[in-house]
Amino acid sequence: MAHTSHAGENYLNHEKGIWSWLTTVDHKRIGVMYLLCILTFFFFGGIAAMLIRAELFHPGMTIMTADQYNKTFTYHGTIMVFMVVVPLIPAAFGNFVMPMMLGAKDVAFPKLNLASWYLFMAGAAVALATLVINQVDTGWTFYTPYSIRTTTSTTYMLLGIFIMGFSGILTSLNFIATIHKLRAPGLTWGRLPLFVWATYATAIVQLLATPVIALTLFLVLLERTTGIGIFDPKLGGDPVLFQHFFWFYSHPAVYIMALPAMGIVSEMMPVYSRKQIFGYWPIALATFGIALVAFVVWGHHMFVSGQSELANFLFSFITMFVAIPTGVKVFSWVATLYGGQLHFRMGLLYAFAFIFVFTIGGLTGVFLAALAADVHLTDTYFVVAHFHYVMVGGTIMGMLAGLHHWFPKITGKMYSESWAKVSWFLVFGGFNVTFFPQFILGSQGMPRRYYDYAPKFQTLNEISSFGAWSIGLGFVIMAIYLLHAIFKGEKAPDNPWGAATLEWQTTSPPSPHNFEKDPVVTHGPYDYSEFRK
Amino acid sequence: MAHATTATAGGKKEAAHHFKDMDHEFETCKQGLWLFLLQEVLFFSPLFVGYYVFRGLYPEDWHAASHHLDPKMGAINTVILICSSLSMAQAVHGAQTNNRRKSIIGLILTLIFAGGFLVVKFFEYSHKFELGLLPAGAFTYTGADLSGYPHAKLYYSLYFAMTGLHGIHVIGGMAVIAWILKRTLKGEFDSNYYTPVEMVGLYWHFVDLVWIYLFPILYLLG
Repeated sequence: MAHTSHAGENYLNHEKGIWSWLTTVDHKRIGVMYLLCILTFFFFGGIAAMLIRAELFHPGMTIMTADQYNKTFTYHGTIMVFMVVVPLIPAAFGNFVMPMMLGAKDVAFPKLNLASWYLFMAGAAVALATLVINQVDTGWTFYTPYSIRTTTSTTYMLLGIFIMGFSGILTSLNFIATIHKLRAPGLTWGRLPLFVWATYATAIVQLLATPVIALTLFLVLLERTTGIGIFDPKLGGDPVLFQHFFWFYSHPAVYIMALPAMGIVSEMMPVYSRKQIFGYWPIALATFGIALVAFVVWGHHMFVSGQSELANFLFSFITMFVAIPTGVKVFSWVATLYGGQLHFRMGLLYAFAFIFVFTIGGLTGVFLAALAADVHLTDTYFVVAHFHYVMVGGTIMGMLAGLHHWFPKITGKMYSESWAKVSWFLVFGGFNVTFFPQFILGSQGMPRRYYDYAPKFQTLNEISSFGAWSIGLGFVIMAIYLLHAIFKGEKAPDNPWGAATLEWQTTSPPSPHNFEKDPVVTHGPYDYSEFRK
Repeated sequence: MAHATTATAGGKKEAAHHFKDMDHEFETCKQGLWLFLLQEVLFFSPLFVGYYVFRGLYPEDWHAASHHLDPKMGAINTVILICSSLSMAQAVHGAQTNNRRKSIIGLILTLIFAGGFLVVKFFEYSHKFELGLLPAGAFTYTGADLSGYPHAKLYYSLYFAMTGLHGIHVIGGMAVIAWILKRTLKGEFDSNYYTPVEMVGLYWHFVDLVWIYLFPILYLLG
């Protein structure tokens, strides 16, 4: 059990070769493997997005047939939801950063952690194998009865998502036990960084919601293979029951996506404004408020699916409550900035982007939660715009804040800030150019998932497509300057941003066991008084 | 292998490197297992919800269809599983108190009970197969008693889904019990280190508990 590491030895170079990565139980390496794989999936999902926007550039056929279009948006949705946005922050940054924030040497169950990665990759492989077998055309929601009848290889897709679900369940179980049991001496609950609180709440939601979708999708798989009939109206089953089960997971899943991003934003605000966070406990508790409400609002996806009037009313009413804890967070972040010394580094810029787009996403969610407005807006581009503002604007902006903030810690290198700002401008600007017109399109009645549209919608669709290509260009630039940084970048100092959380109190990149000496915590996560001396 | 739990020269187990001591490791594993059982409850939940939804929609069909289950068989299996929980608890106690013999007997008895449960289930299933009382898509039963109840076949969808998923858990349980038995025979557990025995024990009690809910709603509720 050699704990002493030699000078210059870190988690990246203490063992070499691909095999040392594939058999590692080091949470940092597993986090990096998740990050690389998920960013690869993000690339493929992004290609699908570009194809969709190219097709919708003009009405009628532009580059593909209607059938190909259905498949393209199905893969865009399934890849982005199940392989990117849900696992991204918890699996990559949760794994890399969270144990270090606790002052721990690893997660509670390191081997299980590696097994989760293999499950994730196996599930992804099965799901993506459908690309070459018989491409799926159901959309990412797999609504029955179409998903039962379609001859495309939906069965394998469902199996793949089922397997990936267990990866998420085991990871969240691991994280909860880690946060409970492996905190460094002196790291009381009140001293936990807010990213840890967010990871904790996310893990609880993921642990409780994912098994439901796993079994539900497995039942659809059984519908397809054995005709079990539970969701099949022809056999007396109930397709609306499928929707209930599906959204019982998929609504909380929105918070599996959003909460970790909020956690990252909560880290950025104090660090880059050099101030204690405003409202530590309100933010931590609001995280749980959101997690709690998340479980009782799923019916707002089904206002026109044949729910009772009473259920519609209750779900609409409860949904409005999500705005309260979310508002608590947004105001606390803004109050943290007030009177601070702002350092406009990438972490803060992406956190700003998060707040801007997530607020728009949240407010348009109120439109959709209102029953009368929703009847008009259901299945229009307004919904598409809304959930992209929440998922992309929320999770991806939050992830990019985290990526730029922790990049020096992960790689030990610094990237070019000026190119990063160019990329930020293209991604953030492009995002709004892409999706804001879609709110207008939706409110004017352009339906989602349609291959064709009326000529009067053409201008706004063209603007939207230009925006999408701007996002694409922004990501290409980002890939270039980050890769350049990895190979040619300046060496990063241990704590380039002057952060007070524990992961910055070790070397960049960290040693194999994170800390040379087990840390003892004597102050809160955002106490910068040490740095002012 | 700096990460794995390693045995020191004295043969006494040492906690994995990221834990303070054996107690710390044990407590953490136990919490992990409880969290796993929590997700298991949610994993079964859609089937229970489905059962009650369709029961509410088609109460007469449910009533008629449930008459084909034999409460005697169900009761025998309930008794078998309760006995297996007792023998499992004995096995865990044996491991905790350095009584290897007690532990081995307990594990073997648990395996026998679990096997007995599956044998009874096998006879029940084959009887249903003969009659064509199968999940909706494969339902071929033509007896007069169910002729007026078009949704009786959905009852069998849920019956097979629920007992099938439970059966898979029983088989999985037998596999991990056999693994624990093998390690016990090798003498790997004592009062200092019995974490896996206790974890498998908890899991097995959960599997029993699921049946304790399945038995009344499938066999007894008319």
